[in-house]
Amino acid sequence: MRETRSAVHVSFDGVEYEGYAGESVLQCARRNGVTVPSLCFLEGLSVWGGCRICVVEIAEDHRLRPACATQIAADMEVKVETPRLRAYRKAILELLFAEGNHVCAVCVSNGKCELQDMAVLCGMDHVRYDYQSPLREIDASHPKYVFDPNRCILCTRCVRVCDEIEGAHVWDIGFRGEEAHLVTEMNKPWGESLSCTWCGKCVAVCPTGSLAYEGRAIGEMEHDPAMIQRLAVARNRGEWLYPGEEQ
Amino acid sequence: MSNTVTIDPVTRIEGHAKITLALDEAGKVDTARFSVTEFRGFEEFCKGRPVWEMPSLTARTCGICPVSHLLASAKAGDEVMGVRIPSTAVRLRRVVNLGQIIQSHALSFFHLSSPDLLLGWDADPAVRNVFGLMGAEPELARRGIRLRGFGQSVIEAIAGRKVHSPGIVPGGIAEPMTVETRDRMLAGLDEAQQTAEEALELFISMLDKFEREARAFGTFPSLHLGLANDAGTWENYDGHLRFVDAEGKVVADNVPAADYRKYIGEAPRHDSYLKSPYFKPLVEGKDDVFKGVYRVGPLARLNVCKTMGAPLADEALQAYRETVGGTANSSFFYHYARLIEILASTELMRSYLSDDSILDPMVRATAGINHRRAVGASEAPRGTLFHEYQVDASGLLEHVNMIIATGQNNLAMNETVLQIAREWVDGHKIPEPVLNRVEAGIRAFDPCLSCSTHAIGKMPLQVSLFDHEGTKVDEVRRG
Repeated sequence: MRETRSAVHVSFDGVEYEGYAGESVLQCARRNGVTVPSLCFLEGLSVWGGCRICVVEIAEDHRLRPACATQIAADMEVKVETPRLRAYRKAILELLFAEGNHVCAVCVSNGKCELQDMAVLCGMDHVRYDYQSPLREIDASHPKYVFDPNRCILCTRCVRVCDEIEGAHVWDIGFRGEEAHLVTEMNKPWGESLSCTWCGKCVAVCPTGSLAYEGRAIGEMEHDPAMIQRLAVARNRGEWLYPGEEQ
Repeated sequence: MSNTVTIDPVTRIEGHAKITLALDEAGKVDTARFSVTEFRGFEEFCKGRPVWEMPSLTARTCGICPVSHLLASAKAGDEVMGVRIPSTAVRLRRVVNLGQIIQSHALSFFHLSSPDLLLGWDADPAVRNVFGLMGAEPELARRGIRLRGFGQSVIEAIAGRKVHSPGIVPGGIAEPMTVETRDRMLAGLDEAQQTAEEALELFISMLDKFEREARAFGTFPSLHLGLANDAGTWENYDGHLRFVDAEGKVVADNVPAADYRKYIGEAPRHDSYLKSPYFKPLVEGKDDVFKGVYRVGPLARLNVCKTMGAPLADEALQAYRETVGGTANSSFFYHYARLIEILASTELMRSYLSDDSILDPMVRATAGINHRRAVGASEAPRGTLFHEYQVDASGLLEHVNMIIATGQNNLAMNETVLQIAREWVDGHKIPEPVLNRVEAGIRAFDPCLSCSTHAIGKMPLQVSLFDHEGTKVDEVRRG
């Protein structure tokens, strides 16, 4: 049975829309066809609010807030496209590109990458910061999958999906600051993990080429993050819906 | 007083190099050195990457012949997986390599070398280039550019992109060929073949003018290496290694590519990033590597095979052998051999595309890591190319060695420069047309120095002239 939700008025960049109490600014915007760039958010998983790509400005106090982690309120005036917001999003993306080793030309996800798409959407055409060019070793120890930390943006989608949907909690973020990186179990090689069920949900939700099926060549890795949304709906509502059928 | 001349940079070649000529006290050329002045280090930074990524990574070695690296790398990947790839994938890889040979050879002949041949060594350098050719011979230039475009379109159709294509992968080819793509390629073949025939006729008609070049553009006995098959036909993708000597006698045959180290040594040089590979069995010490000089590329491939396996190209091969005296040992004839290879490529491509089995959707084998060491070899337009990989149990690269065609011609290119310099340079100054002849000797090999040092850049060149005491007395720089 569907829940009953009370409607409130909100506006995005001056245009009036209807929002529902309890939904986030990002969910409301998407439902109404308003584009708000985002990376770490994934429908069906808990909200993390870590990437900060989805920053918006709320008129009442001009504070920047993550759209994914901000609740809709009555008569809320949300600004999505302002010069300040565009500059911040660009800068965040540039920092992500500078921090890892994102070489699109030889990446398994080239052309099918959310980070790449986001750079295009936000007009990030160059990086002003020094590339850190970190030395990071690939973990190809798993028989089915490969983890390339060079392409990881620490969005934690894999951590959340493994914990919240699969219930295995293989993944975590280990270490601090610029040393922070994904670990499997207690920082063991993925292939030695006893808790991994080989379900592949972490691979399905990865926004970049960081998690991929073994044996994929350049541009051949297609992720399926919508799968998690379907799983969440199936679990919560007892309905199995495919993209385009969601209500 | 004696001198040294430096030509730096050498022009109309792919990469960056210089030539140093040392004159003796009488002003005659004493020694000549061809040095490559770039470095990139692919063999280092590929370490730690997955073997499935290697075709695309190593393709970045070069923008002219990335297909060659894609093929050698994908073949090494096939070996790591231990798979026999589907026969249609083999045919598609062969067709894409023929497309690559056509486009690269067309670039070498029409864009880079024909300005010398058609406009003359003494022509004004400002017009002695492809634009000058467009002014003097617009139809020929147009046909040459279209021929290269055809080769590029074949690569794009099969491998997904003209340059650095993603579609050649360990295990086969990423996507099967559609009927529309096949028909589009077939439609372009007639013009490509006609251009190849006409260019060949034109070159043959000019041969009389180049009697001195044929004699002095690197005419010396050497071994020749190429891939060979049991049928004795011209091979460019598979088969085993065959070395023949200057008379065409086989000195090593049926050598699997994986055993290349038994026959090929690599000597580093202090003045160049380009190593000098040599034929090991003939070399006893570091100082006599020239005894092991061998050539690769069109000239060597035509010396190694019995027939081209294509009717028109076989007629051309017969005439060629009559001209060169059986086994060709003049580097000037690289141009001639290159044109025959373009013709053969168009004929062979037609035969592959006319067989409907090329449309079979089964084009890829999959497997995990089953072998730790693998060698992939293929014939790049410039000659035999080797990629050797050592991987860990997960397929991550531990060791990479690439032996590039141009590197294998290094000793021969040095000898060619010396011979040309001795023939034409006389005195302490190098007149421009003579400088151009020295460069043209290098151009005959169609070297790709970006590949050969796995290095970056265009190929300008510098020639320095030093006296017998090592003082630089003249230098010419271009590019």
